[in-house]
Amino acid sequence: MAVANIQVSETPLVLYALRRADDALILGHRLSEWCGHAPMLEEDMALSNIALDLIGQARELYTFAAQAEGKDNDEDKLAYLRDVRQYRNLLLVEQPNGDFAQTLVRQFFYSAFADLYWRAMMNSRDATLAAIAAKSEKESAYHLRHASEWIIRLGDGTDESHVRAQAAIDRLWAFTGEMFAVDDGERALIHAGIVVDPGALRGRWLTTLSDITREATLTLPQNDWMQQGGRSGRHSEHLGHLLSELQSMQRTFPGLTW
Amino acid sequence: MVTVLDRDSELRRRAWDAAASVVDPEIPVLSIADLGVLRDVVLDGDHVEVAITPTYSGCPAMNMIALEIEIALERAGFRHPKVRTVLSPAWTTDWMSEAGREKLRAYGIAPPQASSSRRALFGEQAVACPQCGSDKTELLSEFGSTSCKALWRCKTCREPFDYFKCH
Repeated sequence: MAVANIQVSETPLVLYALRRADDALILGHRLSEWCGHAPMLEEDMALSNIALDLIGQARELYTFAAQAEGKDNDEDKLAYLRDVRQYRNLLLVEQPNGDFAQTLVRQFFYSAFADLYWRAMMNSRDATLAAIAAKSEKESAYHLRHASEWIIRLGDGTDESHVRAQAAIDRLWAFTGEMFAVDDGERALIHAGIVVDPGALRGRWLTTLSDITREATLTLPQNDWMQQGGRSGRHSEHLGHLLSELQSMQRTFPGLTW
Repeated sequence: MVTVLDRDSELRRRAWDAAASVVDPEIPVLSIADLGVLRDVVLDGDHVEVAITPTYSGCPAMNMIALEIEIALERAGFRHPKVRTVLSPAWTTDWMSEAGREKLRAYGIAPPQASSSRRALFGEQAVACPQCGSDKTELLSEFGSTSCKALWRCKTCREPFDYFKCH
């Protein structure tokens, strides 16, 4: 391997921004895998547009993280030169696209959270985070509406689409708990008014999910056991494969620019 | 007699006009001033710094716009112009000028609704057809040819059209 991984001084604020940036980048990359493969042209454009929004959010959050760290890192280094154990994203967002239902259920779970989360973050005492949130909030609202319409259409569609949507919900459910977990570092930021407590949003997130799945004739699992690990760098086997593709150019031609 | 103050404000106006001449590469009828992307022009001696604000987080046109601002300023005689990105306060379609909205409509793109409230994001949308003016229109896809647009169709004249989404 020609390029060494960078080191990041993960103060609570840097770690916070990296976690959110990694969520957006990895989910954006996953969606970009549909480009040219979606079941219809409108969906190809929709998923690529959502990917673009998410990668844009990731860029702003990485730039924020680099400034908060105050060292030699920048958005590109943070995205391209950290290895899998240094990534801090949710396990949910790295899960493979699977079929169209699995992609849309993953998006629905995430967007229902992101919509609430970024709206609340607009009140951050940090002006830059509040500005990033103000943009992300509007984008997330469109993403949520798009995913919700698909969940209803798939669940209340044919027998086949119903079975697939329900299977995707059952499969991905255990990855949703991680969205609401915070550690001591993040708790200190919450108390300082810089970030919001995601745990406080879980009730409203569940309400959104219940309303949409009921209309879709789908069922939310009763199982409360949740898988965690992504926030501290313990990932499923899927992320390493994703990064090997995402990072291949910078790893092969260090410092490459377009 | 020309005072230093006059000279500076004259220079600043020239720099502003040069930067404001840059258009959105995807919607070439709109200048970055119409869009509300151009935020500030600061002169320090002969150096000029232009502040712009991104529209959609992932809009790929922003890099192109920054490059074209530098080129426009160099053509206007400013050496080593700088472009700075400011995030706060976040851009909204409310900043689009009236002239900009009219240019969009004439170009065949329905302009964003006046207030980008969540009601406009989620409520009943009434988007008038930019070709025939009819309000009998329907949404085809929430996501269109660029991140800022949705695809609509007019039920009266049957033409599809782009709608510049509220943001």
